[in-house]
Amino acid sequence: MSVQPQQLGEPLNVFGRMGRTVITTLHGAGQGGMILAQAIFFIPSMFTPRRMHNVLFHMYLTGIKSLGVITVVAMFTGMILALQTGLELRRFNQEVNIGTAVTVVMMREMGPFMTALIIAASVGSSIGAQLGTMKVSEEIDALEIMSINPVRFLVTPRLVALMVMLPILTIYTNILGSVGGAIVGKTQLGVSFRAFFDNAQLYAANKDLYVGLFKAFLFGNIIAAVACHQGLTAQHGAVGVGLATRRTVILSFLIILVVGYMTTRLFYV
Amino acid sequence: MIRFEQVTKHLGGRRVLDRVSFEIAKGETFVIVGLSGAGKSVTLKHMVRLLVPDGGRVWVGDDCVSEANSRKVEQIRSRFGVLFQGAALMQWMNVHDNVALPLREHYKKDDDEIEQLVREKLALVKLEAALEKYPSDLSGGMRKRVGLARAIVTSPEIILYDEPTSGLDPVTSRTIDTLIDDMRQEFGVTSVVVTHDLHSALAIGTRIAMLHGGEIIENATPEDFIHSKNEVVQSFLDAQYITREGDWKKKDAP
Ligand SMILES: Nc1ncnc2c1ncn2[C@@H]1O[C@H](COP(=O)(O)OP(=O)(O)O)[C@@H](O)[C@H]1O
Ligand SMILES: [Mg+2]
Repeated sequence: MSVQPQQLGEPLNVFGRMGRTVITTLHGAGQGGMILAQAIFFIPSMFTPRRMHNVLFHMYLTGIKSLGVITVVAMFTGMILALQTGLELRRFNQEVNIGTAVTVVMMREMGPFMTALIIAASVGSSIGAQLGTMKVSEEIDALEIMSINPVRFLVTPRLVALMVMLPILTIYTNILGSVGGAIVGKTQLGVSFRAFFDNAQLYAANKDLYVGLFKAFLFGNIIAAVACHQGLTAQHGAVGVGLATRRTVILSFLIILVVGYMTTRLFYV
Repeated sequence: MIRFEQVTKHLGGRRVLDRVSFEIAKGETFVIVGLSGAGKSVTLKHMVRLLVPDGGRVWVGDDCVSEANSRKVEQIRSRFGVLFQGAALMQWMNVHDNVALPLREHYKKDDDEIEQLVREKLALVKLEAALEKYPSDLSGGMRKRVGLARAIVTSPEIILYDEPTSGLDPVTSRTIDTLIDDMRQEFGVTSVVVTHDLHSALAIGTRIAMLHGGEIIENATPEDFIHSKNEVVQSFLDAQYITREGDWKKKDAP
């Protein structure tokens, strides 16, 4: 293993520090990318009963445990969207179009985005903390001694769980968001359920759904890669674990935002 | 069997090992003593390439671990069993699965054989009753014994013990000492034991080395070790009420 940039001595001046920051960032991105690539490489090896069981367990953790928060967030996201757009559209007597506005925005953007943020903050942070704890208490070392690849053993099951569950949870978010929007439409804006969903069907395209689900899939990969990378490179005891957790959430949020924008740009411009 | 050649290692901006050289023969129980933070765990980690020296070389048999490629490293590691200082058990697995882990993931053995080996090793460390428990439900000493069972379950040639008896009661400590000694006498295992406990060092060691200030300041048989002229060694002995007067006679471990 080579010298890690963060282990070098204090840099002398401001340029040294800037250079250090750039190098450390690139180094981290490279490491994270390598972990992701390795984890993907090991996916085919997951198809044995014991490992499949492990993967399903992580799917359960990812999916079921966050369902409560996702339900509330999805409903309110749809309700807010309906209210905001509805109040504007009412000025032109167009409030029936909230059906399209809410469903399309949910499918394209808000569904995958809100789901990813919640999962990054809950599942991502707990992965970062768990792997970080394993790292600082020598459990990762123990795996290496037993010639058990930590990426295959720890990262791949979590990666698969996240890349499968995020699109599924996103569909759930989309549905609940639309229902939330429809309820606000009916109670606040006088748009019947029927009119809301007829309007939605008229304009929402399959492409909106697929691009949204593709985004969710990418977000799943991002959360897994960031969380596992932060965990596996944690240092310095309990403080390091805290730092790994914090960085997992912040970095995931940032990358999700940027990648979300770029995907939209790629498919719609 | 294991040879350190002028090994130097810096960690956290400090020189932890300073041109350390020693050799451990096959079938020895080599004990490393020293104060906390002296670099004992760091020394052990070099033997299995969890750390790479900044200078010098580490040899295991005819292989240079510190410069081997990853396939070779895997091969060298398979000759080792390691008991980590904090036991390093997988928290989400029960005792049975923790001990079975190296067998399941690595050695392609069938379930009955694994089952039998796991029970046999857990019986050796007197933990047959804790099979279904999780690490968080065990005391520190029990965890360590599970770690020990995991280290020996693959019947390795070389076993590294990082403070095997710290945190254990005296009676259990002696049981572990006996176990380590039996591994040598019955199976010819080469052991490296890191410990603070000089009584157990003297009981089980064929040689004792003291690490201080990044250097090996003494490396001798137990008989010679307690008669060491080195002042640091003497104060270390005094601190544990081991007297240099009269001939130290190595007792057989109980
Ligand atoms: N990964 C690491 N990063 C930085 N410093 C370390 C690391 N591992 C060990 N050290 C330092 O090296 C010294 C020796 O540690 P260690 O070998 O664990 O001591 P001990 O003899 O008690 O086992 C300590 O000062 C410790 O702080
Ligand atoms: Mg130590």
